[in-house]
Amino acid sequence: MNFTDILLLMFSAVLVENFIFSRFYGCCPFLGVSEKPDTALGMGMAVTFVMTVSGAATWAVYRYLLVPFGLEYLQTVAFILVIAALVQFIEMFLRRFIPALYSALGIYLPLITTNCAVLSSALLIVQEDYSFLEAVCFGFSAALGFTLAITVFAGLRARMAYADPPRAFKGFPITLIAAGLLAMAFSCFSGVQL
Amino acid sequence: MELTEILIPVGIFAALGIVLGILLAVASRLFAVKTDERVGQITEALPGANCGGCGYSGCAALAEAIVKGEAPANACRAGGESCAKRIGEIMGVAVRAQTPVRARVLCSGGCGRAKEKCRCEGVQDCIAADRMCGGGKVCSSGCMGLGSCVEACRYDALHVVDGVAAVDPAKCTGCGACVQICPKHLIALVPVTARYLVDCSSHEPGAQTRAACDVGCIGCRICEKNCPADAVHVVNNCAVIDYEKCTACGLCASKCPRKVIVRI
Repeated sequence: MNFTDILLLMFSAVLVENFIFSRFYGCCPFLGVSEKPDTALGMGMAVTFVMTVSGAATWAVYRYLLVPFGLEYLQTVAFILVIAALVQFIEMFLRRFIPALYSALGIYLPLITTNCAVLSSALLIVQEDYSFLEAVCFGFSAALGFTLAITVFAGLRARMAYADPPRAFKGFPITLIAAGLLAMAFSCFSGVQL
Repeated sequence: MELTEILIPVGIFAALGIVLGILLAVASRLFAVKTDERVGQITEALPGANCGGCGYSGCAALAEAIVKGEAPANACRAGGESCAKRIGEIMGVAVRAQTPVRARVLCSGGCGRAKEKCRCEGVQDCIAADRMCGGGKVCSSGCMGLGSCVEACRYDALHVVDGVAAVDPAKCTGCGACVQICPKHLIALVPVTARYLVDCSSHEPGAQTRAACDVGCIGCRICEKNCPADAVHVVNNCAVIDYEKCTACGLCASKCPRKVIVRI
């Protein structure tokens, strides 16, 4: 595993196989917390933080606890347990040592426990049989792709607030259409040969 | 199937759960942040509706701000007097509840009174119109009458009447949603006890206001000179009544050459 491979892995996770537009993970916060660019960025930061750390933690749990006992079939349960505990731990840690970041992330931090993007990144790491370094890089860059997507979409929605769509499309329908168009724009990366 | 096939996973997961639980318990002790116990007490004393009327994200956030001294003990309007009193006891200060307020649109330049410069077509929204050309009236501070506040009002208390938004005081709860949405910052929260109102927000010089509107405040200071209670002052070319001092004598209204000060 050399440096180029890691870079390619990260590029692929951010753009080509973007979690939201290509794999359709984490669509709930993508639609739910993308009304304002500021909060979207906060959510993205929180996800990035949790996903990077959880990628490492679930990798260790899988490799050193589940595999030796032949319990791979229980990985989903184990990962959810670890992620939930980890989010709690991170919340306490931030509150004590980095209160500024804690208050900036606010309610989004505990909400990440139920973000499927975090769980799916842990499962994908196992499925692709990544090494520890790859696992951390994958978790980080996949979350970076999530942050990119949600921030871009929040910018779109902020502009859409001034648009005047036909009455039937007002509100959520036009948001979904915009999300579809954005996903199509991102699909151009799927032609990139790595 | 052997029993160990079930027992081993159960044992491992129980152990994993216990280890994580202990880790979290230790962490919560280790990373404990000393919170003022008054925050919890005040949070309980507040109504708990998390309405956001105080400007904070919820009751807990307001409680924290009160303890820090950033917000007054009577910041919660919804809780009223009993709530303010209890918070005052917790904080050890004497407080009185805020007078309830009602929103008022400080503009009377309706159809035929304020001169128009153009007609706003397209998106019928105050914020959009304000960004485009500052609205259809010559007066750049006046109500555009496109009704963004009407949409913002959850209590059906605002309506555009004669080209200018007007508040129905009977329906208004003083939540302030319209105050925040108005791009011209025309809407003010006025105490229910107020009897007189300066029905204009024009901060332009007198000559310009006179040219733009029949009922604009030109900042002549006649009200200021006549007020026996020192309650009216012209700030930025527009009269403002200080309701703490106002005795509702009505002298300002009777002397106002533009009839901008009205009885409500």
